[in-house]
Amino acid sequence: MAAVEVLRTDIPLNIEERTDLVPIFILGKRYYVPSTLTIQKAFEYAGYQLIRGCGCRGGICGACATVYRMPESPKINVGLACQTVVQPNMHLTMIPFFPANRAIYNLEELEANSKTLLKLYPELAKCMGCNTCTKSCPMELPVMEYISALLRGDIEQAAELSFPCVMCGICTSRCPAELGQYNIAILARRITGRFIKPRAQHLQDMIARIETDRYEEPLNKLMSTDLETLRKLYVDRQMEPHTADEMWQPDDKRFL
Amino acid sequence: MGYTPELMDLIKRVEKTRPERVARKKAGQEFPALTLDERKERLEKYHPDYRAGALRELRVGPSKGYDVAQEFADQFEARSRVDPDKIDLTEIHYETDVLVIGGGGAGTAAALLAQEQGCRVIIATKLRHGDANTMMAEGGIQAATKGWKDSPYYHYLDVLGGGHFENDPNLVKTMVTEAPKVIGWLERLGCMFNKWPDGKMFTLHGAGTCRKRMHYAGDMTGAEIMRTLRDECRNRIKDIGVLEFSPAVELLVDEKGVCSGAVLYNLETEEYFLVKAKAVVMATGGSGRLHMQGFMTTNHYGATGDGVIIGYRMGVGVRFLHATQYHPTGAVFPEQAEGLLITEKVRGAGANLVNSDGNQFVFEREPRDIESSSIIRECTKIGKGVPVPGQAGKFGVWLDSPMIDLLEGPGTVEREFPAKFILYKRYGIDIGKLPMLIYPTLHYQNGGLAYESDGSTTVAGFFVAGEVGGGVHGANRLMGNSLLDITVFGRLAGRTAGKFAKERTEVGKIGVEHVRRYHRELEEAGIETDRVSPMVLPDYGNPEVKKRQWTTTYVGTVR
Repeated sequence: MAAVEVLRTDIPLNIEERTDLVPIFILGKRYYVPSTLTIQKAFEYAGYQLIRGCGCRGGICGACATVYRMPESPKINVGLACQTVVQPNMHLTMIPFFPANRAIYNLEELEANSKTLLKLYPELAKCMGCNTCTKSCPMELPVMEYISALLRGDIEQAAELSFPCVMCGICTSRCPAELGQYNIAILARRITGRFIKPRAQHLQDMIARIETDRYEEPLNKLMSTDLETLRKLYVDRQMEPHTADEMWQPDDKRFL
Repeated sequence: MGYTPELMDLIKRVEKTRPERVARKKAGQEFPALTLDERKERLEKYHPDYRAGALRELRVGPSKGYDVAQEFADQFEARSRVDPDKIDLTEIHYETDVLVIGGGGAGTAAALLAQEQGCRVIIATKLRHGDANTMMAEGGIQAATKGWKDSPYYHYLDVLGGGHFENDPNLVKTMVTEAPKVIGWLERLGCMFNKWPDGKMFTLHGAGTCRKRMHYAGDMTGAEIMRTLRDECRNRIKDIGVLEFSPAVELLVDEKGVCSGAVLYNLETEEYFLVKAKAVVMATGGSGRLHMQGFMTTNHYGATGDGVIIGYRMGVGVRFLHATQYHPTGAVFPEQAEGLLITEKVRGAGANLVNSDGNQFVFEREPRDIESSSIIRECTKIGKGVPVPGQAGKFGVWLDSPMIDLLEGPGTVEREFPAKFILYKRYGIDIGKLPMLIYPTLHYQNGGLAYESDGSTTVAGFFVAGEVGGGVHGANRLMGNSLLDITVFGRLAGRTAGKFAKERTEVGKIGVEHVRRYHRELEEAGIETDRVSPMVLPDYGNPEVKKRQWTTTYVGTVR
């Protein structure tokens, strides 16, 4: 039978008759923790005071990338420590940091094509399509697909496919072609946001309106008005209906 | 995993009333909103801030006599980690033009703008650059950008109404008029806002808004803004340095009383470092990890209110700090997701809140404090809360997300809320088909250090931006105004600090006399304590383990 560790890890420990505790192996060392905890809380229960590997505690900052193996399986599993519930006999380690290549660039000077990407990240061309990155993404993103999209020159698709990336870096730690996928992806998203998606014209119009000071007087009036009038203006303001069409217009247009 | 059989039974009641609730929504019939007087009554009776014993009067410092949460008062009435008699002020470890304390959205925006004034900048941050509440903000960012139906005038009214008309009018005016410019700035930096094919931005309602003006990027708006700003900072590495795992634990002041740097504590090597700077921007964010009244929190690990504490010790007063925001919809089931924020956008998209009978009991777009008070009322006085499995005495109510798919078409929940969809899927719950069990959770520090529109404070050389400051939101912030607050005031404070640093010719002898004064004041007030502040990290240690740590010393909560 294949075991994860060669060390003998079944040394008995006197613990009270607590059936809610399960053994897990943090960096190869056994701890008993309540079975309902996330890996992150299990670290704390075990006695660690987390400094590295703990950020938002809500599955979005990417600080607590974790890899683990279960006995009797060669598979490497991944998860965010703050989101993954412990399993009995899991062998785990956090990877709170993994060095990744990151290009320095001036966004304003870039051109929105794959040449830009290949120039800043020449290693992109080394992708061998092994799909290990996709298999190792705790957010279940199609990492290899967005890398392929970039190689095809489809920056926008890469941006959209990579959008929920939390930049935890597990893909990078596993990549045999030594890509820093998440840094390449944010460049694709910034190029998309800046150059590929059309700019919002209504936004430019509003900024121009504000610069003409047309709201100065109405706002100053609101600022100096008495509480009673203010409350009335607030209560009487017209609500845009939930189901209203995008181009809905209010009846009172004096303060637009 | 997934819901327990008991919960699945209760969900049947929600499903039974759902078609009718969806039909009403489609017909434009909303649950009646509370009047201003009813709002007031609901707050006073059910909001946690109003509970007897929730607040305590401060006995020291510039806002002496003002009531704040007990947990905050404990932090104010505590000694510095720095001993004024022992500190060696002769060796300065870092020198810079502008020191930004805090690596979230406000701090990063400030760093970028200070750099644009020609300054060298250091960002000192407790965790990694970007591990901040900004990263966790989901719903969106408010700005009146659609001139055919909206303007800063209406945005102003909404902000005032949400804050119960107590907000600082100057700050509000600045925020609402700067708002569209900030969206333009973010768009230029490459933030991927959700847009129509012609470039028009998607906007939604938030609670307490009269126009749909919440711009968003999926359900990760804060993450998108944070990672973009951070990325831009990294491109300016020549001028902007970042010190991670290095929280500021005290400020430095020169002999003229001008703020001139800070003491940083390297959490990994346990060394203290002195940074001398010509200007300091305080942007440490909020304090959910103080767990007021034991509430769970949506905040990130480092949100312990450090900046408020050390800014106050230096002499800057606080306002609206008595008001803590409880987000109406924090997950209470499954246990692993407890405290997790469910964005208000779910309600903005039309999902009702319903009780254990499956009945709607409140309009889903009341301002947050009203919504939270109504949920607490439903679970206590009315007694129609849903019992949380495995947690005796705990209740929640349903957030009926499947309504969104019925209103907007199948797959909308998965498409519009990808992060939450994946998360619940991990726990075996499809939120496109099943409602979420929620309860109010500690979310936001409405108040903080007092500051002006340009970020300046009563102490020269010291600037404030974001959640650490107080005034713009009054006693209750509206959704989508925190991402706006941090970007607007982050930029303004960074610009002002940069200009100040450029004009400041010399920094005098630096010291911590203010700490000595504060300690003396504590003694004079008869406060004898071994508490130290700022807290730096919350204490989630296992008491059983602590019993066995025979030789370990803790300073405050930090080992």
